[in-house]
Amino acid sequence: VNEPGVEGLLRDLAPQVLAALTRRFGSFVTAEDAVQEALLAAATQWPEQGVPENPRGWLITVGARRLTDQLRSDLARARRETAAAALLPPVELVSPAADEDLPSDEDDTLKLLFLCCHPALSPTSQVALTLRAVGGLTTAQIAQAFFVPEATMAQRISRAKQSIKATGARFDMPPEAERAERLGVVLHVLYLIFNEGYTTSTGPDLQRPELTAEAIRIARDLRRLLPEDGEVAGLLALMLLTDARRAARAAPDGSLVPLVEQDRGLWDADSIRDGVALISESLTRARLGPYQLQAAIAAVHDEAARPEDTDWREIVALYDLLARLAPNPMVTLNQAVAVAMVDGPRAGLDLLAGLEGDSRLTGNHRLDAVRAHLLEMAGEHAEARESYWSAARRTTSIPERRYLEARAARIGDNAPVDR
Amino acid sequence: MKGAHAGPTSWSASVKYVVLIYSNPATWAEMPAAERDRALGVHNTMIKELNESGELIRVDGLADPWATKTIRARGGVPVVTDGPFGEAKEFLAGVWAIDVDSLERALEVAAPVAEYDTVEVRELMDLSGMEM
Repeated sequence: VNEPGVEGLLRDLAPQVLAALTRRFGSFVTAEDAVQEALLAAATQWPEQGVPENPRGWLITVGARRLTDQLRSDLARARRETAAAALLPPVELVSPAADEDLPSDEDDTLKLLFLCCHPALSPTSQVALTLRAVGGLTTAQIAQAFFVPEATMAQRISRAKQSIKATGARFDMPPEAERAERLGVVLHVLYLIFNEGYTTSTGPDLQRPELTAEAIRIARDLRRLLPEDGEVAGLLALMLLTDARRAARAAPDGSLVPLVEQDRGLWDADSIRDGVALISESLTRARLGPYQLQAAIAAVHDEAARPEDTDWREIVALYDLLARLAPNPMVTLNQAVAVAMVDGPRAGLDLLAGLEGDSRLTGNHRLDAVRAHLLEMAGEHAEARESYWSAARRTTSIPERRYLEARAARIGDNAPVDR
Repeated sequence: MKGAHAGPTSWSASVKYVVLIYSNPATWAEMPAAERDRALGVHNTMIKELNESGELIRVDGLADPWATKTIRARGGVPVVTDGPFGEAKEFLAGVWAIDVDSLERALEVAAPVAEYDTVEVRELMDLSGMEM
């Protein structure tokens, strides 16, 4: 077991070392493999022999040596295979001395993120590659986090790197014209990593790397590099304000606890303070965007000492803005809940009526779950129970199904017997 | 209900499915050898593709239904009988577990296998969940 200090240090250094080697050798794909080997070597040696004086230089040296060996053997093979290859310059001429440390570039992490979140990759691959190249996680750790075999994850990462190579994308900032769109992809990838960690955190699993912490760490880096960007701040604030509730979101048996029933004493006050400060500052100056609005909504929830203190009018106003800025049936579902809290369940149900037949929600359990909740509020117990059962059948989440079944059963106990 | 999202499909990074392949042994037994080789080649090509893309979790083929044992509890006592349960002509012959971006992708990889067999695509449940 690694000392957490070493592990943390390696994660911080991983993107810097990868960037340095990519710049030196010109190939992200080969450099990435060499960095993994250097990180694995450090993870076994440092806890025993102590952290070297210049850990970054150590990793670059080991990685560079690995890369040089690789290039040498590739060249030797090429020489054997074709006589023309003998004309290639010897490795010594293309690679500087292995222990030479290159100055780091502030934007290295950013360039790596843009490369890992290249639009030619599927989201699944973007997530895996980002965790490895920027997060410094091993393939085994990433596989564990996504509940797939290590061989599957190794193949996915290798395919992702091949795809990047095929696009000819370089370790560079994307052109100004593409920057905003590319940043949108990066933010979405971080959001997916965070969600994966947050939604599966129903019990203590010490074997699993903390994806929420990893997403927050990378988002903090990004915020440092792009301090003026409102959506970067918004995403980081959203993560902090959501993660703050983690300890309260599930009971010890793994069952989900709804927001109104959570023990708010378990919420992380520091995270809430940081998140609120971040989003408040951003809202006053940056251009508004969906992550900022979602963070603002999370902030309103988190700032209520008791559920009944929640400023639902503010939340409705924020959802109205969000629905105008980024219309989407999931937003409407959440909006309906907020509207019901202000104007009563009928008003919320009216809003849901507009979603009937929306193909984007076909088979999605959340429409039924929200409808059930609002029907229960309206006192329509038979219909509410039916909607809870319908939602329970549609969800693929075991904790959500248990929760929805329990709600249905609870109505059964208290309500008049069904016709 | 927590959260608002870019879209229902972009909520999580990947989705796990099993592809259940139901086969009629008679169909395959009566097939000319060349055709059987070609049809099995379609299966193998798809498995290879899934493996190389990092979407395959595992793949299993099931032994002939002839070897099936069926267990039923009668009055609390488990009774084991030879052969499959019921009168079905199609039997579960293969199970693939995949981890893909979307249902569309799952259907795309399962479709070529349906040439002679009935194929079911079913999402796996998991322990993730949002508090509501």
